[in-house]
Amino acid sequence: MSLDARIPPGPLPDKWDACRRALKTVRPEEAKNFRVLVVGTGLAGASAAATLAERGFQVEAFCFQDSARRAHSIAAQGGINAAKNYPKDGDSIERLFHDTIKGGDFRSREANVYRLAQVSNAIIDQCVAQGVPFAREYDGHLANRSFGGVKVRRTFYARGQTGQQLLLGAYQALMRQVKAGRVRVHPRTEMLDVVVADGEAKGIVVRDLVSGAVTTHAGDAVVLATGGYSTLYFLSTNAKGCNVTATHRAWRRGAAFANPCFTQIHPTCIPVAGHHQSKLTLMSESLRNDGRIWVPKRTGDQRPPDQVPDEERDYYLERRYPSYGNLAPRDIASRAAKAVCDEGRGVGPGGQGVYLDFRDAIRKLGRPTIDERYGNLFAMYHEITDEDAYAVPMRIYPAPHYTMGGLWVDYHLMSTVPGLFVIGEANFSDHGANRLGASALMQGLADGYFILPLTLANYLAARPPTKAFGGGSRRPAQDGAEHPAFGEARRGVQERTQRLLAVQGKRTVDEFHRELGKLMWNECGMSRTREGLSRALAAIPRLREAFWKNVTVLGSGEELNQALEKAGRVADYLEFAELVCQDALHREESCGGHFRAEHQTPDGEAKRDDANFCYVAAWQFAGEGKPVVLHHEPLTFEAVPLTVRSYK
Amino acid sequence: MRVTLRVWRQKDARSPGRFERYEAPDVSPDMSFLEMLDAVNEGLIHQGQPPVAFDHDCREGICGSCSMMINGCAHGPERGVATCQLYMRHFKDGETITIEPWRARAFPVIRDLVVDRSAFDRIIQAGGYISVNTGDAPEANSISVPKPSADVAMDAAACIGCGACVAACPNASAMLFVAAKVSHLALLPQGQAEKAQRVLNMVEAMDREGFGNCTNHYECMAACPKSIHVKFIATMNREYLAAAPTARRAPR
Repeated sequence: MSLDARIPPGPLPDKWDACRRALKTVRPEEAKNFRVLVVGTGLAGASAAATLAERGFQVEAFCFQDSARRAHSIAAQGGINAAKNYPKDGDSIERLFHDTIKGGDFRSREANVYRLAQVSNAIIDQCVAQGVPFAREYDGHLANRSFGGVKVRRTFYARGQTGQQLLLGAYQALMRQVKAGRVRVHPRTEMLDVVVADGEAKGIVVRDLVSGAVTTHAGDAVVLATGGYSTLYFLSTNAKGCNVTATHRAWRRGAAFANPCFTQIHPTCIPVAGHHQSKLTLMSESLRNDGRIWVPKRTGDQRPPDQVPDEERDYYLERRYPSYGNLAPRDIASRAAKAVCDEGRGVGPGGQGVYLDFRDAIRKLGRPTIDERYGNLFAMYHEITDEDAYAVPMRIYPAPHYTMGGLWVDYHLMSTVPGLFVIGEANFSDHGANRLGASALMQGLADGYFILPLTLANYLAARPPTKAFGGGSRRPAQDGAEHPAFGEARRGVQERTQRLLAVQGKRTVDEFHRELGKLMWNECGMSRTREGLSRALAAIPRLREAFWKNVTVLGSGEELNQALEKAGRVADYLEFAELVCQDALHREESCGGHFRAEHQTPDGEAKRDDANFCYVAAWQFAGEGKPVVLHHEPLTFEAVPLTVRSYK
Repeated sequence: MRVTLRVWRQKDARSPGRFERYEAPDVSPDMSFLEMLDAVNEGLIHQGQPPVAFDHDCREGICGSCSMMINGCAHGPERGVATCQLYMRHFKDGETITIEPWRARAFPVIRDLVVDRSAFDRIIQAGGYISVNTGDAPEANSISVPKPSADVAMDAAACIGCGACVAACPNASAMLFVAAKVSHLALLPQGQAEKAQRVLNMVEAMDREGFGNCTNHYECMAACPKSIHVKFIATMNREYLAAAPTARRAPR
């Protein structure tokens, strides 16, 4: 396997223009002869599917939800970044690029990040034209706010529902193409394998979640926009349905998996309330614009927060990071919260929490202003905790939220399997070892609206449409049986389904998932050690074995069977978890969200090792029972010199 | 606390359904309603009985997947929340809770509490968008939107497409859902060019799907997890009346 990132030559600001000029295009009348399969309908998938259809391609879009509008992008709260510099505070493409590279702790690819910053402004233009109701100033122009790790105001937002509004914009664009007859959406349909025929991605295997039918779909290219794998930890801010299956299955078919251990633990989530907890709820990072984070100075201080005088409060982010204060980046804010809780200064049940206090902001700005900015978040907090955050400080604690790791892609967003493209959170490209707030929406839409449609067209332009699909005619989609790879992949999925049903053991899928999640949180969470990771690597195969001996999945494969859906996803997590731990163990440095306790500065900050680990770790599946193979993509930094990342 | 559930069980669209009674003996007031159901389902699996199927995903009230009639109320007794944001502290110890799927001709039951809401997608396909291809947009601040318009548009755009409005309406009308999208786009300058055709096509699609008409019960607003206001139905009616005599139907 060779890792050719296909980064265009030339100066950084010219690379994307040079690349675009060289890309081949497909004329609309020819485009209708190509069929593209897009898996996932979040920001990346929906925007890509809609744009490809606008350019004339025949698109088949798949999602496991009952409607394309429900993909998990919808839950993004805070905002989307762009280098518009409307507030005239000195922002620029260079600055957005620089912040993102530094925020990612120098483990992302310069060329990709620069392109992301360049494309960012067009995203805002596109979304406004679609009718996304972004927040406005009284003069009618777009409003901006700040986010973590950044000193300028470059975040566009629609109350606390930015992801929802952007996704509905992309979804509506997609529905327009459905009406035009260029897209077919397959809801309640889960992708369970990629079909690789003669070395190229040529189709997928899906299960109809209502009828249980397992079928294949053939296409000239496959696009995975299937999101991240934070639910590996069981408790996370992600939707319950989020899973790694699509990317994990693609990995087993030959796509390299990059930096799987780069997971983001978000600092501002509502703490765990009890063993019944099924997920954790994020409180948007935007709250840190006005909220101040603190814990009591004294260990074991049990007084209610309003009885702790100011001089006995430790505003630890403001103290440790005076220049960024409460807007320190996520990885740093999360570790700092863990540190004060480990010292026994945490608040709330079990001492696993810190205060996010709006007292001063309410005094200064008045309750109506705070209500307008964050009203829905305060209401959400009240509903979950039964506490009024206008009167008492919120309690927050870090929780798994986003995965920077993902399938390796080149500059064209193509994986190591030709014809298999990966966009949005599912790829690894732009966020390095830590993602900055409001950058996920930017990346998903940059990939989907502006990058993939061009690079995918270039890929297709070089080859004739696969004749077996009947040229431009819309034959039924289940027509991929021509190549033996289709039958082989379909049978594999059917056999696996039967195996899950045949175990008939004593423990539920959720019990296994909770156990795996707890193991991963303890050993491969906010702080990782060689011993802990080794323990996890010993425990995961045992748990996997126990799962296949003792899991119980009732019912059949030929019906709506939610336990069976979950079982397949957890079975994949039980394989994938090992890869995450292996990656975390091999990376003998701390960077971004990956904190190895062995590698820290005397004051507890992450200590990078650029001499030995300034690369992308791309892992290749070498076959059942064989050790995985590590490939290196060296990272070079020309525009932003490698420096110690400091927010002090 | 302890609650008794009466849950609608239905194997598939063709089979008849019935209520089944389940005990939830060990419920914490801090559990969400869905976490209580998770616990009941874990118990059912251990007894070798098929768990209750229900739609859910984000569990923070934004994806619009969850959809349950709880004691006759869409999303339960609390105002302004989806089922996933409903907490057990709002129920009494020893209470019997009745759980049903959305009931509307346009939302056929798939299994247990899971219904088919694809009618909503087809209504959006009929015109719930602004036609602009990727890359054709002008510079964002060249379109100035008065803040009050943007705010009201956002109030309407907050709809999560869950279908509670339909389930709560005695006529199973989708007027609030359709009105929210029509109003969101009609309130913005970007939405003006297509507004007449949009409202006509969306209303026609709504009627075609078999939803009922609005007779001003306002149950939709009471049930809506985003508290979308019925004034948007008036906005839609106004748009419709303005559009009807002038607009020429585009060929479909």
